[in-house]
Amino acid sequence: MSSQELIQDLKERARQLRRDVVEMVYRAQSGHLGGSLSAAEIVAALYFHQMRIDPQNPQDPNRDRFIPSKGHAAPILYAALAARGFFPREDLWTLRQVGSHLQGHPDMRKTPGVDMTSGSLGQGFAAGLGMALAGKLNGQDYQVYCLLGDGELNEGEIWETAMAAVHFKAHNLIPIVDFNKVQLDGPVSEIMPIEPLRAKWEAFNWHVLEIDGHDMNQVVEALAEARRLDRCVVIIAHTVKGKGVSFMENRHQWHGQPPNEEQYRRAMEELGGGQE
Amino acid sequence: MKAKALRDAFGEALVELGRENEDVVVLDADVAGSTRTKMFGDVYPDRFFNVGIAEANMMNIAAGLAACGKIPFVSTFSFLACLRAGDQLRTSIAYPRLNVKVGAGYGGLSDSFDGPTHHSLCDIAVVRSMPNMTVVVVSDPNQTKKAVKVVAAYDGPVYLRLSRAEVPYVLPEDAPFVLGKGNLLREGSDLTLVVAGVPLARTLEAADRLAKEGLQARVIEMPTIKPIDREILVQAARETGAVVTIEEHNIMAGLGSAVAEALAQEAPVPMEFVGIKDTFCESGPYDALLDRYGLSVDDIVAAAKAVLGRKS
Repeated sequence: MSSQELIQDLKERARQLRRDVVEMVYRAQSGHLGGSLSAAEIVAALYFHQMRIDPQNPQDPNRDRFIPSKGHAAPILYAALAARGFFPREDLWTLRQVGSHLQGHPDMRKTPGVDMTSGSLGQGFAAGLGMALAGKLNGQDYQVYCLLGDGELNEGEIWETAMAAVHFKAHNLIPIVDFNKVQLDGPVSEIMPIEPLRAKWEAFNWHVLEIDGHDMNQVVEALAEARRLDRCVVIIAHTVKGKGVSFMENRHQWHGQPPNEEQYRRAMEELGGGQE
Repeated sequence: MKAKALRDAFGEALVELGRENEDVVVLDADVAGSTRTKMFGDVYPDRFFNVGIAEANMMNIAAGLAACGKIPFVSTFSFLACLRAGDQLRTSIAYPRLNVKVGAGYGGLSDSFDGPTHHSLCDIAVVRSMPNMTVVVVSDPNQTKKAVKVVAAYDGPVYLRLSRAEVPYVLPEDAPFVLGKGNLLREGSDLTLVVAGVPLARTLEAADRLAKEGLQARVIEMPTIKPIDREILVQAARETGAVVTIEEHNIMAGLGSAVAEALAQEAPVPMEFVGIKDTFCESGPYDALLDRYGLSVDDIVAAAKAVLGRKS
């Protein structure tokens, strides 16, 4: 596949993931849309290109790991896992229902392909550091990717991990900040500002790659660069909360609210092009 | 009587364990000198992570290590392990049932001079109500060493409550440590004393005093608070008809409650609870605090007589 074809393919994957996310949350009438939609390009690039994973062997000790430390973005992860064949796509429509293996937040013991239980904010990044340290101890070359929410950066533990990862030279740990500028109660800039974000990470001795998290070229290049560099690298991905559905974009009300039938139809129309 | 600080026994046991099993890693949060995990760090620096004063972070790093096949022992003061890092312990270790061992140092009042900020009197209550958790409270140096090996071999999260205190070798050297099993230390038919942790020596002393008065107390040491040994408890309740629990913990929701929960269903008998009576304590010498806050030998004897008075 040429690099141009790859980018086109990943863009189409991201669009499909968004459609599945909206359908999942609509059918469940529960779940987090805004922060799933903002991460679609990042997750598509990881699961359909960057990560070394095998759906037939989800516990392969040498696999790359992915932890949505912002665990409420579970729908976008589930959509990617289903699309990669970790479990049947029909399972997506059982999200958050009794008996489903798809919990409201990721559960590593229930869902094939989920590498870490997460959802209580601030914790997944540190668990990723533990996985990275285990890889170093074992002489394995896997990478550990952690998706951090910008609101999640309010949690002190994130910065404990940022300190420790540099100290322990965990260069195989790659955090990606889904910087969508909106947290549950409102704009990050009003609830608990985190700027200057680049300077904060740099002050913690991280190398910062700052990208447009919806530009697939930039996402793919940044992931490759982060893997290549032998130092602690964080990707700050500027994104839009609710990306792809006009009436959800940048609105904190869509952090954790399901669409009604009319909103669902409009959203699927906007996400378009679907033979479903 | 020969004695040893339980923290020293813990440190030595970790070094032995590290030699036997390469997957064992140890994490501490800037109290490695105090908890004695430094002994492991000195011998196995590659497998030792001092994360600084960041207990929450430490707990999650351990979760990640365990998810990749390591057997992490995390070490800090017990009040920090269960409260500061309590959500991390619940969500990222107990819930996914990851193979992390919490070496909860300085249990109970054993960091006595540092005062109520550093005392740990509600940890058992917190951790035993987390599903998937196994809860162990050690009571003497030999048992501490055995318990470290046994919990390392067990696949699942364990809260291992340790102590700063110097404690006499109370148990016979060949006494086995079996997870989930109580130890019958003394036969008796008038009542049963159930004890966990450091107050074991005081409990045996109380049993001696009762014996001099013609009262035969059965003594059961209960190192595993969860899952609790129901069998030994029910048999003791049926055969002696009265139970006193002794623990270095708030009398709410600790060993006493666990025993009461077990007995209420199968063999309800009069019970008395010896422990800290729902109060914060103060700074002071360790033994003086135990005496002042309800864990003296007199307190145990008095509770025994009280429960006998209620026996039908």
